Amino acid sequence: MNPVLPAPANPRELFWACNALALQGFGGVLAVAQRELVERKRWLSREQFLELISISQILPGPNIVNLGLILGDRYFGARGAIAALAGLLAAPLLIVLALAALYAEFAHLPMVAGALRGMGAVAAGLVMATAFKLSSALKANALGLPGCAAVAGLAFVAIGLLRWPLVAVLLLLGAGAVGAAWKNLPR
Amino acid sequence: MALLHPVLSLPDLLGLMLHFMVLSLLAVGGAITTAPDMQRYVVMQNHWITDAQFSASIAIAQAAPGPNVLFVAVIGWNVAGPWGALATLVGSLLPSSLLTLWVMRWSESHAQTRAMRAFKDGMAPLTLGLLAATGWVLIEPLVREPAQRAGALVLLGITLLLMTRSKISPMWLVALGAVLGAFGMV
Repeated sequence: MNPVLPAPANPRELFWACNALALQGFGGVLAVAQRELVERKRWLSREQFLELISISQILPGPNIVNLGLILGDRYFGARGAIAALAGLLAAPLLIVLALAALYAEFAHLPMVAGALRGMGAVAAGLVMATAFKLSSALKANALGLPGCAAVAGLAFVAIGLLRWPLVAVLLLLGAGAVGAAWKNLPR
Repeated sequence: MALLHPVLSLPDLLGLMLHFMVLSLLAVGGAITTAPDMQRYVVMQNHWITDAQFSASIAIAQAAPGPNVLFVAVIGWNVAGPWGALATLVGSLLPSSLLTLWVMRWSESHAQTRAMRAFKDGMAPLTLGLLAATGWVLIEPLVREPAQRAGALVLLGITLLLMTRSKISPMWLVALGAVLGAFGMV
């Protein structure tokens, strides 16, 4: 960590910072995390934030949760990781479960069911839009653009249309894609 | 509240958690990329919840503040109340979190090796394909219903357009979807 940058004084401060940014994140926390951690708290430089995001993306698990874990672990070890995780999840979990319980009570109302259908359509669009936006990150990919399009297309067909189990697709297609990238990369 | 839901037996609950634990380790790009397999397991294979409940679970989590991964807790809640939520959330987070901490502590200096870059470059387009498939799995039940098809596709188009061409917060699009849906347009 860059010693010039400020840092949270203790796990408690980290917890409250994570709590605050999680509660502002409607439809995704990453943008809020960038504003809070880089621009307001200045715990991370823009470069460090980008680096942590790309590492979080390689590893399985939610990006924002991995980011919090890595950050907390670097500052305060396991205690920091737990503080960040709790800060990100505790309050939003209570809110979302309260909404789920309310939904179970009111699901029979056509307006509620309709609202959820509308939100579901938007949620589908949000996920697809994220895929479109992230596709610009493939420019320097070792597979080249046609290779990337082929892998993405095959993944979409296998999972979205044929509904094959994810494990099989990740193992087979993943091994092929990583192997092809390995061959294309310089030693 | 839990009494309103069918509560699973302990073996079923453990099976649910185990399935989500396996998916946790496969969730490169976030838990949402494993949503199609969650749907296959809880809806198509075990019939614990319906397609509509599954899609609603994700929509509720999208509508609430916080990390999107919380949708797994809502799925668990709809399957088996608080214990179901605990099973799916712990299952989704524990393996990936331990792996993340372990990998970070063990190999922070190896980020530029050929193997790491091959993994990253190979998995990136796969992740994008999975995200697109997740969107499709969410919208497909609506597109299949003639009464909902037009409204759903219009909302999908608006969302795609505004998310890629403007800086508008997703919050407003989710609100728009809720209002249009509540008034019977989807």
